[in-house]
Order: sequence, then structure tokens, then C-alpha cells
Amino acid sequence: MNLNEHLAALQIVVPLLAVPLIALLQLRRMAWLVATLTSLMAFAIAVAMTVGVLNGQDYQYFMGNWQPPYGIELRVDALSALLLLVITAASSAALLASYHSLDTQIEPRRHALFYAAWILALAGLSGIAVTADAFNVFVFMEISSLASYVLMAGGPDRRGLPAVFKYLILGTIGATFYLIGVGLIYMMTGTLNLEDMAQRVTQVADQKPVLAAAGFITVGLALKAAMFPLHLWLPNAYTYAPHVVTAFLAACATKVSLYVLLRFDFLVFQDNLVSHPLRFASLLMPMAIFAILIASAVAMFEKNIKRLLAWSSVAQIGYITLGASLVTVSGLTASVLHIFNHALAKGSLFLAVACLAMRLPGLQLRDLAGCARSMPWTFAALVLGGLSLIGVPGTAGFISKWYLISALLTLGAAGVALVAVIVIGSLMAVVYIWRIVEQAYFQAPSNPAAPAAEAPLTLLVVTWVAVLANVYFGLQPALPLALSSSAAAALMGATP
Amino acid sequence: MNPSDLILAALLTPLAGALGIALAGRINHNLREAVTLVTAAVLAWAVWSLLPDIQAGGRPMLSVSEVLPGIAIAFKVEPLGMLFAALAASLWIINSVYSIGYMRGNNEQHQTRFYTCFAIALAAAMGIAFAANLFTLFLFYEILTLSTYPLVSHKGDEKTVRSARIYLGVLLTTSIGLLLPAIVWTYFVAGTGDFTPGGIVRGKLQGPEVGLLLGLFVFGVGKAAVMPVHRWLPAAMVAPTPVSALLHAVAVVKAGVFSITKIIVYIFGVDFLFAEPSSAWLLYLAAFTIIAASLVALRQTNLKRMLAYSTIAQLSYVVMAAAILKPLAEIGAAIHMVAHAFGKITLFFAAGAIYVASKKTELPQLRGIGRRMPWTMTAFTIGALSMIGVPPTAGFVSKWYILAGAFEADNYVAIATIICSTALNAAYFLPIVYYAWFAPETDGENNNHGEAPFFAVLALMITATLTIGFFLFNATALELERQLVGP
Repeated sequence: MNLNEHLAALQIVVPLLAVPLIALLQLRRMAWLVATLTSLMAFAIAVAMTVGVLNGQDYQYFMGNWQPPYGIELRVDALSALLLLVITAASSAALLASYHSLDTQIEPRRHALFYAAWILALAGLSGIAVTADAFNVFVFMEISSLASYVLMAGGPDRRGLPAVFKYLILGTIGATFYLIGVGLIYMMTGTLNLEDMAQRVTQVADQKPVLAAAGFITVGLALKAAMFPLHLWLPNAYTYAPHVVTAFLAACATKVSLYVLLRFDFLVFQDNLVSHPLRFASLLMPMAIFAILIASAVAMFEKNIKRLLAWSSVAQIGYITLGASLVTVSGLTASVLHIFNHALAKGSLFLAVACLAMRLPGLQLRDLAGCARSMPWTFAALVLGGLSLIGVPGTAGFISKWYLISALLTLGAAGVALVAVIVIGSLMAVVYIWRIVEQAYFQAPSNPAAPAAEAPLTLLVVTWVAVLANVYFGLQPALPLALSSSAAAALMGATP
Repeated sequence: MNPSDLILAALLTPLAGALGIALAGRINHNLREAVTLVTAAVLAWAVWSLLPDIQAGGRPMLSVSEVLPGIAIAFKVEPLGMLFAALAASLWIINSVYSIGYMRGNNEQHQTRFYTCFAIALAAAMGIAFAANLFTLFLFYEILTLSTYPLVSHKGDEKTVRSARIYLGVLLTTSIGLLLPAIVWTYFVAGTGDFTPGGIVRGKLQGPEVGLLLGLFVFGVGKAAVMPVHRWLPAAMVAPTPVSALLHAVAVVKAGVFSITKIIVYIFGVDFLFAEPSSAWLLYLAAFTIIAASLVALRQTNLKRMLAYSTIAQLSYVVMAAAILKPLAEIGAAIHMVAHAFGKITLFFAAGAIYVASKKTELPQLRGIGRRMPWTMTAFTIGALSMIGVPPTAGFVSKWYILAGAFEADNYVAIATIICSTALNAAYFLPIVYYAWFAPETDGENNNHGEAPFFAVLALMITATLTIGFFLFNATALELERQLVGP
């Protein structure tokens, strides 16, 4: 038996098997240990597949050895590998951080169940990335969504419950829309395998149901991806979730939906619709522009650091969709690259927030006043993560913005206007990051209960590993660049 | 060692020194100071060893890594960077000697952090000096800003933190908001950001675009303190005096005017910019800054504050000289960087020595101080004369070249500005010198003091000697900078 062939299946099977084990463990430290080890193992599998993909291997796995299009096919190419890296790395880092951070937020007796839900979410998210079957995507989407509702509702703040309820309703609508769309396509093509679907959709005589399906799928996934203006659930859900959960899900959850959207728009619909020259992805452009401008502007005036970063996430999703909406290889490269780089930046920022929350009574900006002195390492991490979010050279954020700008400048005058949007968005990012810096470094401590010490060492180490990854991939972007350019070429290859 | 190893040595020595200082600071203070001095000496040796190769026309390169196609972290030594690096590295030795006297004389806190950040700032200055392209320049420019922030806010009281906020706020927002877009624009227009003799944007941009790009660069490099982005400099004078010396003479503002000169010479190209009318505003703005800052300096009563405004004026001398866009003026710009550094470091050392010895900071308190602190005030006088541009001091040499360039270009605005500001410089420096030597002391002041600590006096005597020495022995620097404009 060659282990390498089974990696794609193991990516889902390992966490799924670990879930009941963790749920049965009553000792919370043991539950944490098993969950973390599972996540790290998933990360190792993702790394192994990334190495394989970079060497030109294409992972294909037929569940139960049923050949596609009848059986479920798992498939890992560059795009999935990049996403798997993001998911498993974010999960591992956040789990390592949760050792200390979660104690203050969830009662010890619930820890085991909480970690079980976490690994279930990990399995669901990874499943979406590996599967090549449209209905299978829906199943994994439901697994990950249900698990993440549980995770997000687990925080001590009761305001989290209405926030999660809103997320649940909107997320369910999104998933239902997606399912309706898949149903319509299945009705017309008789297949659920994405690649098979792409071939058969051209032969469909009556295009109307397919167009309706495209609309349902796009809107449904846009809801799950919190694409402006369907982002309403995101700020509060991120704000009231336990801090490590925010770090985990902010780094990858919305991006997984974007991934499915890219697959559908570029593999299935783009150019396969007879007598419909319209390019679906390009419809995303106005939404992307509004997302960048409006969400950044809202972030500038936010008073809670987590909600500020959540709004910034909505804006950053705008950058990702803007790249995709150009429907060019360079635009898609920038887009996929930004999935990776934004996960790095936002993940490390939310980890730094988790560090803060260990020592601060609240997370309003005014609670940060003068804290940089007692928590120098945490705030240094926050500043570096912020620089990456802004897109300063030397950090990962610069690389994707650079590619986005170069993709835009091929468009002529319209491109220059879009570059202006990016510059304005980045300047607004300077403003909202500066507001944090301003409070932490330049205001006198407002309350006597200012933190006396740094965050626990393990938490700091994890945060700094994430921050330094931002710097590393800002100076040596070869790995994400190779993955995203080959992913972009593959996506565009379907639309010659 | 071959030249590219020397570049690496120049960049890594201060970093290794910073590590050594941080470790030695836990063991013994004398050991820590020894590490600082040894590091400074090794750095100066590495930089000066590069000189013969540059003089012979060599342009050693060091490529570290290629981040993206066309964007690399790379270093290349050319005459202007050589001059800046040699200046910063040499003054660091003297500044360290002075710091030891000053910091111990004042019993300052957190001295280990101070020396560590200082060493990192020097590493950043070396990176700026040797940067082969705009990307590398920007990286080290930001590192310099961030590493000097703890130095500016060293005291840690409320007033200091407020000033440090202005310092960080102005420098970061201008660099990210203006310099970075300018750099990105340049890369996309020219396809490269390498510093190339003759410039890289010729034929790629025309008309108002050139003036706009120049504006983004000039205001983006906030460290050059061209009005209206000068506010951080007077604010930053709350820092301990050795830091003021670092800011005003060794690295920070010099990095600013150095970057602007380098960009004008190697990105735009002198001839291209001279033929482009939309770039003319820079000269007028620099001239305005010179006059306005001199007028403000005239009204100051705090010595360090006055010196800060004098620096703003002197920096714009460099910018204006570069903006005259004639070979002689470019040489003048480069030489003025050195001349101003020698003179201004002397003045700041003297101001710090006065503070350590007598805690005096205001100008009226300085009446008759020359008799109590003759060495310090002799050095102060030499520094003041150099600011005015009187022979035999360094300031005369650079003004000569700037004037020569202005006449070559028939630029009467520049000539009038130089004449005017010389008069203004004399008007605010000479009274201090006169009263210090010839007026009787006022009663009620703390007049019971002698000279400053030995190390401080030693350092300022060395810099005063350099100020005069540069008037007599400037052939090396001049020969070097001729290469900047000639083939």
C-alpha cells in the first residue's frame, strides 16, 4: 500500500476519526492534546500533498474505488493544496494558542466537546477543499458550518448567541441556495462531478435552468463568504466568538466558500454556457470595490478591536474578489495569493488579540490605552501583522497587493482607477491600524487595572511564529506564488 | 576581503553589535560600552575599506535575494552612498564616546536598550546608503524609523511620548502614504527600481506626471523635513542629546536628504529633470523652507529647538542644491551633507555638554558661559561659523559648490536664497557666540559649574577639529563625488 496515494482521503479521515475520540475524553488537557496532534497531522498531510503538487503530482482518489462520474472523486491540485495549507495551519496555530486562551472563556467541563466540534469543523473545511463532487461539497459545508456555529456560540459573552443565530440563518440560506443550484444543474446534466459537469453543461439544450443555477450558487456562496453586501453576519460573529475560534475561522472559513465559488465560476460556468458570452466572475467587480471602500471606512470608526479587524476582513475579501473579477491569469494569481497572505495577516492579528484578551478586561480600543508598555511583544506582533494587512514591503501583504496592482495595470485607464481604489483602501487600513497603535503606545492608561504582564509564553510564541511567517513570505514568496500561479493557470485553462 | 564581503560586513556588524550590546548589558556596563566602541570601529573599518575600490571606479554589488521578478534586496556601492556610509560610520564612533559621557553623566535609565537601538539604527543607515534599488531603500528606511522610535521616546514621560508620537506618525504616514505609491508607480512605469546613472524614467513619463512623482518622493521622504513635513524634527528634540546628534547629523535626516538626492540623480536623472518644467517647484519649496525655518529659528529661545530649526533650513540646502540640477550643485549637495553633519553634531554635542554640566537649556542662560566652559564654547563657535559658511570651516566648501552650481544654472532664486539665509544664520548664531564669550553672567542662575565630563568634551573637540579639517582636506570627498555626475 502506498501511503502517498491515500493522502487526499486521509486529509478528511484522520480528523473525522479523531472527533469521537476527543468527545469521549473527559480530561480537557488530553482532549486538547489529541485535537492539537490531529490538527498537526492534518497539517503534515497538507504539507506532503503541497510538496507533491509542486513536483507536478495531481492527487486523485476514488472513494470506494468507484470511478467518477459515478463515485465520489477527491482531487487535490495547486488551489486545493494552498487552501489545505491555510486551513490546517490556521487550525494548528489556533489550537496551540487555545491551551491558555480557552481556559478563560469556556468552562473546563465543556472543553472536550468543544475540541471535538473544532476538529469536526477542520474535517468539514478540509473536505470542501479536497472533494471534486458538487454534492459532497454541500455535505462538508454543512458539517463545517454546524460545527462552527457551535464553536462561535461557545464564548462567554451572551451577545454571541444572537450573532451566531444570525449567522446560522444566513448561512443556512446560503447553503440552501447552493443546494438548489446544484440540484438544477444535476437535473440538466445528470452529474455531480465538477469536471464532468463542466463538459456536459455545454451540451445542455435549454440554458435557462443552468443560468438560474449559476445565480443561486453565486449568491449562496457569496453569503457564506461574507461578500459585500451579504456580509452582515460576519462582524458580530467574529467579535463574540472565543478569540482562538476567531483566529481559526477568520483565516480560512470565508476563503473556503470563495474557493468553491472560484471552482464553479471558472470551471463550470465560465465560457461553457452556449450563447452566453457574459463572464460571470466579472459581475463581482462592483461588489468588490464597494467592499474595499465601505468596509474599510467602517473599520476606521469601529471601537472594538475584534470588530474592527472583522470589518477589515470584509474589505480584504473585496481584494480577493477584485482579482478574480478581472478574469485574467494575473488577476486570479493575485486573488489566490491574497487568500494565502490575508490568512497569514489576519490569523496573526487575531492571535495577537487572543494574547491581549489574556490580560485585558475588555477589547474596546480605549481598554488598550497605554498597554504597549506592559505587553511589548504582543503589541509588536500586532504592529507587524498590521503592516502586513496594510501591504508594506517586507511583509506578505505587499506581495499580493503588488500582483493585484500589476494585474490591474494591464487594463489601461480603468485599471488605473481600480489601483486608486486599492491605494485608498490601503490608506484606510493605515488609519485603522494606527488607531490601535495610537491607543496602545501613546495614550496614558485609562484604568488602574492595566495589565501587569505579558501574555503566556506559548501563546506569544505561536503568535510570533505567525507574524514571522508574514515577514518570511513577504521576502521569500516563492511557495505561495508557485501554488497560486499554477492554480490560476488551471482555473483559466478551462476557459481558453 | 573582497568588496561585496565588505558590504555584508558593514550591514551585519552593527546587527551583531546590537546583539552583543544586549547580552553584555546584563553582565557589565563597561563591557557593554566596549562592545559598542569595538562594533563602531569595525564598522568604520569595513566602510572605509570600501573606499579605494569606489575611488578607482568600482561599483561592488551584493545581491541578497530576489523577492519577486524585478524586485530584489540588493546592495550596490556608488559615490553618494559611500560618502553617506563613511560619514555615518565615522561619526558613530565619536557619538558613542560622547554617549558614554552623556548617559553616565546624566544617570539615564535603560542604557542597554539605548545602545542596542542605536546599533540597529546604524545597520539601517548602512542599508539605506548601499541600497541598489528603491525597494531595498524603502525597507531600511522603515527599519530606521522604527528603530529610532525607542530612542526618541527614551525618557518615557508624557511630553516625550507625545513628541515621539508626532515623530512616528509623520514619518510612517508619509512613507506609506506617499513614498510607497511613488515607488510602486516607478516600478510599473520603468519596469525596474534600480538606481541607474542617468535615471530610469526618461521617456517613460512626461509633463506634469514627472512633477507629481517628484512630489510623492520628496514629501514621502519625511526624514528630509522639507516643509510642510518638518514638524517631527523640532518635536524629536526631546530626546537625549546623543540621539539628537544621531537624528540631526549621523543618520536620520541625512538618510532623508541622501534618499532625495539619490532619487533625483539615479531615478529621474539630472538632465531629464532639468529639461522638465513641472519639476521646478521643488527648488522654490526648498528655498521657502530655508528662509522660513531660519526665521523661525531666529525667534527660538531654547537652544536645542533653535538648532532643530537650523537643521530644517540646512537640509533644504541639500534639497535645493540637488534641485538646481547642475553637476556642481549636485556635488555641493553631497558635500553639504558632510559639512552640515560635522558642524551640527558639534553644536548638539556642545548643547548636550552645557546641559550635563549646568542643566541650562535656554539661550538667555548662556551669557558668559564661555569662561566656565571654554572648550565647549570654542567648539560651539566653530560649529556656528560652519553653519554660516565662514572660512575656514566645512560649511564654506559646500556653499561654494552650491553657489557655483546656481551660477552655472543662472538660478537667481537659489543665489538670493543663499545670500539671505547666510545673513539669517549669522543673525541667530553670532549673538549667542558673542554673549557667551563677552557678556557678564546673569545672577541667580546655576553658575557653579565647570566643563562637561571628559568623554563629552573629547567628542566635541574631535568634531570641531573635523569641521575645520574638512575645509583643508576635502579632496577625497570632492574627487569621489565628481564621479557622481561625471562618467
